[in-house]
Amino acid sequence: MQAFDPTALRGDLASARFEPGPTDDKLILSMGPQHPSTHGVLRIMLELDGEYILRAEPVLGYIHRMHEWMAEQKTYMQFMPNMGRVDYLHAMAWNWAYAGAVERLMGVEVPKRAEYIRVAVTELNRISSHLLWWGAYLLDLGAFTPIMYAFDDREIILDILQAVTGSRLTYSYFTIGGVYGDVPADFASRCLAFTRHLRSRLPMYRDLVTDNVILRGRCEDIGVMDVELARRYGATGPCIRGSGAPVDTRRAEPYGVYNRFDFRIPAYTEGDAMARYMVRMDELVTSCDIIDQAVQGLPEGPIQAKVGKTVKPPKGEACYAVEGARGKIIIHVRSDGGPKPYRVKLRAPGFSNLSVFCDLARGTLLADAVSILGSLDLVIPEIDR
Amino acid sequence: MNLEQLLSLDYPLTRLVIGLLCIFAFVGLNGLVLVWVERKVAGHCQLRPGPLHVGPHGLLQPLVDAVKLIGKQLVAPFGSDKALFWLAPLLAFAPVTVCMLPLPWGPDMAMIPMNTGLVLILAFSGLGVLSLILAGWGSNNKWGLLGAARSVAQSVAYEVPLLLSVMAVAITAGSLDLFQISAQQGGWPWQWYGVKNPLAFFIFLVCAVAETNRAPFDLPEAESELTAGFHTEYSGMGFGLFFLAEYANMIIVSGVAAALFLGGWQGPFLPGVWWFLVKIYCILFFIIWLRWTYPRVRFDQLLNLSWKWLTPLALLDLALAVIVAGFGG
Amino acid sequence: MSVSQLIEEAYTGLKSLVIGLGVTGKALTQPGVTVLYPMEEVERDNLVTYRGHVELIGKDEDPAVPRCVACGACVKACPSNCITILCPVAAKEGEEAGPVKMGPAPQKGSKTPGEFIVDFSLCSLCGQCAKTCPVDSLQFSDNPYMVSFDRKDFRIDLLARLRRMARDEAVAGE
Repeated sequence: MQAFDPTALRGDLASARFEPGPTDDKLILSMGPQHPSTHGVLRIMLELDGEYILRAEPVLGYIHRMHEWMAEQKTYMQFMPNMGRVDYLHAMAWNWAYAGAVERLMGVEVPKRAEYIRVAVTELNRISSHLLWWGAYLLDLGAFTPIMYAFDDREIILDILQAVTGSRLTYSYFTIGGVYGDVPADFASRCLAFTRHLRSRLPMYRDLVTDNVILRGRCEDIGVMDVELARRYGATGPCIRGSGAPVDTRRAEPYGVYNRFDFRIPAYTEGDAMARYMVRMDELVTSCDIIDQAVQGLPEGPIQAKVGKTVKPPKGEACYAVEGARGKIIIHVRSDGGPKPYRVKLRAPGFSNLSVFCDLARGTLLADAVSILGSLDLVIPEIDR
Repeated sequence: MNLEQLLSLDYPLTRLVIGLLCIFAFVGLNGLVLVWVERKVAGHCQLRPGPLHVGPHGLLQPLVDAVKLIGKQLVAPFGSDKALFWLAPLLAFAPVTVCMLPLPWGPDMAMIPMNTGLVLILAFSGLGVLSLILAGWGSNNKWGLLGAARSVAQSVAYEVPLLLSVMAVAITAGSLDLFQISAQQGGWPWQWYGVKNPLAFFIFLVCAVAETNRAPFDLPEAESELTAGFHTEYSGMGFGLFFLAEYANMIIVSGVAAALFLGGWQGPFLPGVWWFLVKIYCILFFIIWLRWTYPRVRFDQLLNLSWKWLTPLALLDLALAVIVAGFGG
Repeated sequence: MSVSQLIEEAYTGLKSLVIGLGVTGKALTQPGVTVLYPMEEVERDNLVTYRGHVELIGKDEDPAVPRCVACGACVKACPSNCITILCPVAAKEGEEAGPVKMGPAPQKGSKTPGEFIVDFSLCSLCGQCAKTCPVDSLQFSDNPYMVSFDRKDFRIDLLARLRRMARDEAVAGE
């Protein structure tokens, strides 16, 4: 048996491009795929000069699960549970995007009650996603306590959503033409109580974190993304809203019944990590407003449109865009008339948002790179799909 | 020299041996207690109970953790400098024992009373950073190397204002002996140097947190940036010794702070040593509380804070102390 | 930057730090919010909404016999192929009636399942099976505590489970 020689290791395809020359004194660092602040299995190749980053390149594919291929092997309804696993933090938006695409393909009219329920659960899910991001971002910055406070509040949402859907994280609640089950009788009152509770907690969040001088030092003027850069990379969601462009699919191309609600799209012009942070904090309030209006105006009626036992859309293709917690989710479905989709394309917002990272991280410190990475709010399973 | 003389506490070598034994016992025990306090404070800050199941209120949890750490295999990574790699945790622990010697536990309680105790502590506490460098360098790990580089810059930057703030008190007291400095303060808060010279106390506290690598200045380990910094590659008791040294360092800086700024052992009703312990634990609690509240600062901000704020302020404070002492004396 | 600005900056910074300490300090004095699991449990009305593995529903007249008609719709609907229904295979004409062979549902002439097994380790709890069932014979159980050392324990025999539950209920009713 040959002795193991660590110097013979040449690295993989991604690190080969970072191999230093004989006189090169740069530090080549592989950050991840097991690193506390890459949130799962993202790997970033870094070329460092001291602690300054000269080049950063994300390496993907460590949690690629072939969701798009799986769609081609399953019937239309059988693919639905996969949507909760693509982005486990905002599963409802992915549910909606897929259900919406198939409904558009089939020309199904969703009952009003189902539409309102969809809005309420999606916005609740958005709040839970933002709260988790808030805690995890502060973990990246070295504060341990906020995530516990965020989880304390998030738990209430999970309880409400569990009463509605039966699960706590990977929801598979939407069906083609409606929702899986009706909401319990006390849904509206619980939602209203929660939004009241969350609004009363926001001042504490501000005192503990947002106003904190250390946090401001770590976020302000870090990773400044101007709107042109964001547009070039196709960054969406809070990332581009933090760069001064109030682009929101809920307003720009209203789906469902979003055009019936009155809500504000928060936008900040600074474009730095703090602006993205502030956008998400403001979106908590926006989502609370939408939930209030949705559960107060919840109409009576059926929750499921008439759809055949086997979903068989006619030949053709359809595209549906939804505003997820991380940005614009687009699902493109093509049907050949059979019981299984011919092709399903998932457009994950996180992929575009991550692409900006190479540009943002250049010339910053290693600690800033962690802060920027956190402020982009990445969910790696969604990026790899 | 007869046996009686050798066993007497007045004989320096006997005193040193007994003192070191006491220090090891004290550091070991306090390390365990502090781990428990840290986790309890963290838990209650975060609305959860903290360790609960082993022993009453989880009091024995650190002991079980220590047993687990001792039982773990010691692994040295490929390409590491084995000698430096294993020397580092021992070296982290060595200065701690020396720094404990001159602490004034009570009016007549010290391992080795000396008139330059403050100088000894400051000199040996600077040695601790050497172990971090060796650990980072010896483990042949890039994260460890970055952590080591950070620790050098950090400790150099914060040694300066720390020294200056201590100097201000030493000049006011006119002594470098921790006993004399403590004795010159009274038992009541308004007689303490911490109240008479709050600026020096504040600077000392900030520098103490930075010197002991505690959050929000825990940059050499910064687990969300450098995975674990200088002790990334350490397992078992190698890590355990670094851990213990960190808590021992906290006890030392708290002890120095209590002696310099909070009147040392002096206080009403209770015997001296208890007051000293109470004061140490108050400061320790404050340091732990800081850790569970704030995010971590960035490296350049850390250095900026030291060179642009603390050092000038400490110089100003020193000048004021000199003037007051000059006119007063 | 003027000196007054610097001082103001330092003041607001220090103030924010003190306020932050106040927030965690307040939490330090409050009771915790966690449920200490082995000693305590979350409230019952929170547990009943939980989706456990699927279970069969018994007939109204006999709770030990499932409503299931062994049509195999749930088997087809399941995205992860975790349901197995076996029915006795009808003996072909001319063959001798040997030992009963079991085959996957649906089988001609068989209107009750001979075996109904759910492999919970594959299940993603999507509920497609319960949704497709023509006779509403499937529902989610409210059993959140599925713990085992053995993977085989997650192959749940639903018929046995239904009989057990019916017996327990009968005992409780007496």
